[in-house]
Amino acid sequence: MTAKRTISLSRVILYAVVYLFTALWLVPIATALITSVRTNSDIVSRGFLAIPNALSLQSYAEAWQRGGLAHYLPNSFIITIPSLIATLFLSSLSAYALSRFRFPGDRIILFIYVAGMMLPFQILLLPVFRLTDALHIYNTYWAVIVFHTAFQLGFCTFVLRNYMRTIPGELLEAARMDGCGEFRIYSQIMMPLTLPAVAAVATLEFTWIFNDFLWALILIQNNALKPVTTGLASLQGQYRMDWTVIISGSLLAALPTVIVFLLLQRYFVAGLTLGATKG
Amino acid sequence: MARKRKRSINWAPYLFLVVPLALFLMWVIGPMLYSFYLSLTDWNGVSSPHFIGFKNYVQLFDDPVFYTALLNNVKWLVSFVTVPVVAGLALAMILNRNIPGARVIKSAVYSPYILATVVVGLIFGWMYHPDGGLFSGILQAIGLGRLHVGWLSDPGLVTWCIIAAAIWRQVGYVMTLYLAGLQNVDPTLIDASRVDGASNWQAFRHVILPLLSPITIVVLVISVIDSLRSFDLIFVMTRGGPGNASTVLANFMYIEAFNNYRMGYGAAIAVILFLITAVFIFIYLTRTLSTELEY
Repeated sequence: MTAKRTISLSRVILYAVVYLFTALWLVPIATALITSVRTNSDIVSRGFLAIPNALSLQSYAEAWQRGGLAHYLPNSFIITIPSLIATLFLSSLSAYALSRFRFPGDRIILFIYVAGMMLPFQILLLPVFRLTDALHIYNTYWAVIVFHTAFQLGFCTFVLRNYMRTIPGELLEAARMDGCGEFRIYSQIMMPLTLPAVAAVATLEFTWIFNDFLWALILIQNNALKPVTTGLASLQGQYRMDWTVIISGSLLAALPTVIVFLLLQRYFVAGLTLGATKG
Repeated sequence: MARKRKRSINWAPYLFLVVPLALFLMWVIGPMLYSFYLSLTDWNGVSSPHFIGFKNYVQLFDDPVFYTALLNNVKWLVSFVTVPVVAGLALAMILNRNIPGARVIKSAVYSPYILATVVVGLIFGWMYHPDGGLFSGILQAIGLGRLHVGWLSDPGLVTWCIIAAAIWRQVGYVMTLYLAGLQNVDPTLIDASRVDGASNWQAFRHVILPLLSPITIVVLVISVIDSLRSFDLIFVMTRGGPGNASTVLANFMYIEAFNNYRMGYGAAIAVILFLITAVFIFIYLTRTLSTELEY
């Protein structure tokens, strides 16, 4: 009896520690939410921990209109959606080739994709900057769209290939015997079976591309074309003294990925683990 | 092998690969190689690059900022392979049992990972703000207001403050990987160790941890690579300052190349960063691809 009580007591303590930890973990988010509905003068004059004397949504409106979130956020979608669709489509093609065929060069190609996805971005910055300039797409949406599409092929190909290899070959072999062309086997048999992995990768890639900062910083100077991440950096310069606007802008910028995460959490987690636990 | 058919070259896989591979070579592999060349030039971004041999490297090894950046990279790296890995594993172990509210806790812990690093940087930058920020407010509330710590303006503190923000974002990711790893641990093995009289800690140390070692290697390599990629947080929170106190190789490279227009020099910094990363990429590849490529 006593033994059982001590076990449950230690459990209770463990639970309490975990719950406390979780609450502390959310402090930065709570700080941001509280800041966004307070006024800057109130925080500066009375300190962050003071009970606010007024609440307002004014800083959200400020960040949205004069801060430029109203055009930075749509820009993020204009960049993210085409990059996402293109990289998923193209990587599914290469994943199909690498999962279903044995051919000279297959190992080295997979090696190239996997090594490429892990490169530090700095080794690519200057040449990509130069290449976009040479192609006359520097400082346009196309520069970041094309780069994201190409770079993300590495991760997507790797994950989709691993998944496709788990699909039983008999299904495809039967279609091949019936004289189905390779592209039809890919599009009508393989892709429907690979959809769970595509959904997982898509969820993850959406947040990665949407949250990209460095490539937008390098490739897009024009304020009217900036996505929300580099837009926020401009906003930070514009409102150096008013943190309520900067923080409200940050929360608005985070909203799309938060919504995607809340709706597709299961796929998001699946994507993370598919990429890392194979092998 | 019995199914091997006599056939001329099958072009199908090449047709599937031609477009994606061409794009990847053009925008990733080609640029990587081109950076090596640029690092041997005096390119300034405007006039065409001239070959100058290893001058950039000679100069780089003489540059005190290079060593500041390198040391900060080491701080990032050591922090990333310890704190989030231990915390992530501990959380995964706890949440893998049926603790009430486990789902909510998991979401709460990895929610920072979905935020853009810029957003994390701005939120933490505000929390560290000397006037009105949360941490200064807490110091004041507990009567230590006189300290007036300038978290991000103190050269000794600044890197650790930024790393703290990065760790906040990273822990949930590591936890998720370990939770997935624990799914593959056969519970009967743990039960068997219990029957043999092993304590909780012994079961963890001698049964679970060895079974998790494949995922641990992946976690460590990912942590190293992520730590070497750190750029956004530093850019948003301090731009590498005060002075160069919080700079890392990635930021040093950006500043030299894009603020000072010393692009050849920047390329040399990038090559050094690449060579450090390449060691870990190689470890990952030999581990992953050696098993993955068995047909």
